Amino acid sequence: MFIKPYGDTLNDGAVQLSFSLPVACGGKAREAARQLVLKMGFAHCEIVHAHPLSDEFTFFVAYAKTAAGVDFERVEYVEALEEKSLSMDEVNAFIKAEFKRKLVVVGACTGFDAHTVGIDAIMNMKGYNHHFGLERYPMIEAFNLGAQVPNEKLVERARELEADAVLISQVVTQKDTHVQNLTRLIELAEADGLRSHCLMIVGGPRIGNKLARELGFDAGFGSGTYAEDVATFIVKKLKERRTAGSRRKQ
Amino acid sequence: MRAKLGLSKAKIAQARRRAAGIAGPVREHIRRHTTVAVERATLRLLGADGADRDGVPVPNRVVEALRGRVGEGLAKHYVSALLREGKSPAELNAALAEGFDIAQVPLLDQGRVAAKAAELVRELESRLRANVAHRDAQLKEFSSNAKSPMLYVIVATGNIHEDVKQARAAALQGADIVAVIRTTAQSLLDYVPYGATTEGFGGTYATQENFRIMRAALDEVSRSQRRYIRLVNYCSGLCMPEIAAMGALERLDMMLNDSMYGILFRDINMYRTFVDQNFSRMINAAADIIINTGEDNYLTTSDAVEKAHTVLASQFINERFALDAGMPARLMGLGHAFEMDPSIKNGFLLELAQAQMAREIFPEHPLKYMPPTKFMTGDVFKGLAMNAMFNFASKATGQSIHLLGMLTEAIHTPHLQDRYLAIQNALYVMNSMADFADEVEFRRGGLIMRRAQQVLDESLALLSEVERLGLFEAIARGLFAEVKRPKDGGKGLDGVCEKALGYWNPVEDWLKRRLKIAG
Repeated sequence: MFIKPYGDTLNDGAVQLSFSLPVACGGKAREAARQLVLKMGFAHCEIVHAHPLSDEFTFFVAYAKTAAGVDFERVEYVEALEEKSLSMDEVNAFIKAEFKRKLVVVGACTGFDAHTVGIDAIMNMKGYNHHFGLERYPMIEAFNLGAQVPNEKLVERARELEADAVLISQVVTQKDTHVQNLTRLIELAEADGLRSHCLMIVGGPRIGNKLARELGFDAGFGSGTYAEDVATFIVKKLKERRTAGSRRKQ
Repeated sequence: MRAKLGLSKAKIAQARRRAAGIAGPVREHIRRHTTVAVERATLRLLGADGADRDGVPVPNRVVEALRGRVGEGLAKHYVSALLREGKSPAELNAALAEGFDIAQVPLLDQGRVAAKAAELVRELESRLRANVAHRDAQLKEFSSNAKSPMLYVIVATGNIHEDVKQARAAALQGADIVAVIRTTAQSLLDYVPYGATTEGFGGTYATQENFRIMRAALDEVSRSQRRYIRLVNYCSGLCMPEIAAMGALERLDMMLNDSMYGILFRDINMYRTFVDQNFSRMINAAADIIINTGEDNYLTTSDAVEKAHTVLASQFINERFALDAGMPARLMGLGHAFEMDPSIKNGFLLELAQAQMAREIFPEHPLKYMPPTKFMTGDVFKGLAMNAMFNFASKATGQSIHLLGMLTEAIHTPHLQDRYLAIQNALYVMNSMADFADEVEFRRGGLIMRRAQQVLDESLALLSEVERLGLFEAIARGLFAEVKRPKDGGKGLDGVCEKALGYWNPVEDWLKRRLKIAG
């Protein structure tokens, strides 16, 4: 099925845009904005609003139509979690039944990132939005190392604690600092040997599973993720790995 | 502002007594200690500035060279070096940056040192007085264009010159206050970088030169718009007192300064933070700079319905620590935030109750009201609606410093047009309901009144508990923001020194005289 944006008719391709240009407001600026939108590949463009932000900037709202579309059937995408997440109690029961020991999860905001909101939401006892964090899970030993943990330190602590999974939160993504930082972390974890037996999971408002997998992580979780989603992924993936490992041993 | 909530005056007074009881033992700790940051701030206020080839600031070089003598106060060494070398502060700074070893300079007799220090303090005093006079004159001249609440926006490009363009645009659109957000991680640096900077992540380095550049740009817009545009930066972190010193010198108008924020949210050691916040607040007070406290942050980790009383309790504590630092109420921008889950039925009424309560309990304080952040999502259109509700609550309850919500809060640091949309939103809402607060009262015994009374009661209970435990222990047990911080944990403890018998700090002495602080 070939799809295009739907405004008020199927496949009309209607798109709403807003942006600013570094020029003073006026007829010429409006025309420049319109031409810019056409250059982006849109077929029709109406500048419906233009307002000066200062004597050197103008804000525009535009409506335009695109000829572009995608074949929905051919879109490939894998969710970190393909099935519904387990509840906290189910996760605990799963760990008891499958691993017969507590799992160790180490979390941190690494590199420069000082924003602990994300890692706290997943790990803190209280959790977030009525979803308890991993510290509350009886079968999980959760260690939240906090903010601005150097990658070296995180790898070292994960090794000492014999972590089954490492959670990394990255909130600051300006200028792609997170990509550099995450790449560095994976390199360190591989050099250390940690990577081979420990799950590496990254989360943050601008993080998706696709990016995380590309960077060499096991999964990436974006906004709207709760502790049980991450916990479900961890227990199922660890079980899957163990099964694959024991098969290899046979 | 007319009282509308029927709050018990006796309970409010009791809460203030509890806060005084909480601050007492901490005040004793503060009195007996100095920190490397206090000493560096002192040196800066006496004229130390600049950095060596590796970027190590001169105040840090001095403190490192004299590390074992911090408890005696380092001002006497700097002043002795000025006298012995016959140099001006600028000349001595240049020499120090080139490697001149201050530890080798023998101390001069205290009489000569004190006389020279008095001269430097007089220069400091006249610079700060001139800054205050300039601000007051501008505020008076442009008073007809002042807004209530004042609209506050942030810029955060990482490049001070880019920040200037965005700040200018925001001021032209109607912003009254511009805050330059600091680069991620600056709060954990134990030094203040030097010079103009063009690289930062999620913000721009707070440096004295960056302060100066932005101040000059905003002064220009202030004149063209006939509206005094206030400049804000952050005292929080390991360099609280130093940044306060730089802000005082460069005529910043507001500074974020919370007595416990660094401990709870940046894992800075509590013994360090309490000493640093006191010294930084004395400097803020002497420079007539409004502080912004950080209670809003509690609600990013805790639930705004369940933990509303922790915000009020912290406001009482921040008020007390500010009073102890000689600060008048008109400079205490106590913080709170509009952070309730938007799906809660009548959540807006609870927000109104909290904001009105803060206004009534802290009538002379320029309250700082923070916008929704926690429940903002990528749905920018819903975000705009939430910000409109926030704007309404702020105007309806007479808040003072209104941090504009950005519709892209959950996505990125604000784009140019995000500020414009936020300012337009606020101007529309606040103008169309300008006299709403005077027209409306709350139903006796209704939801809003009951909620405010309940929050005050809970806050009083928490303050009593904190007083019983002692503040250090209460923080260690996680009574604030549900964050537990061990007393000897966190960063910066090694920079705390007990004051030796002969401790001498001419800037501190002057601040205490000027602010009429006993002891």
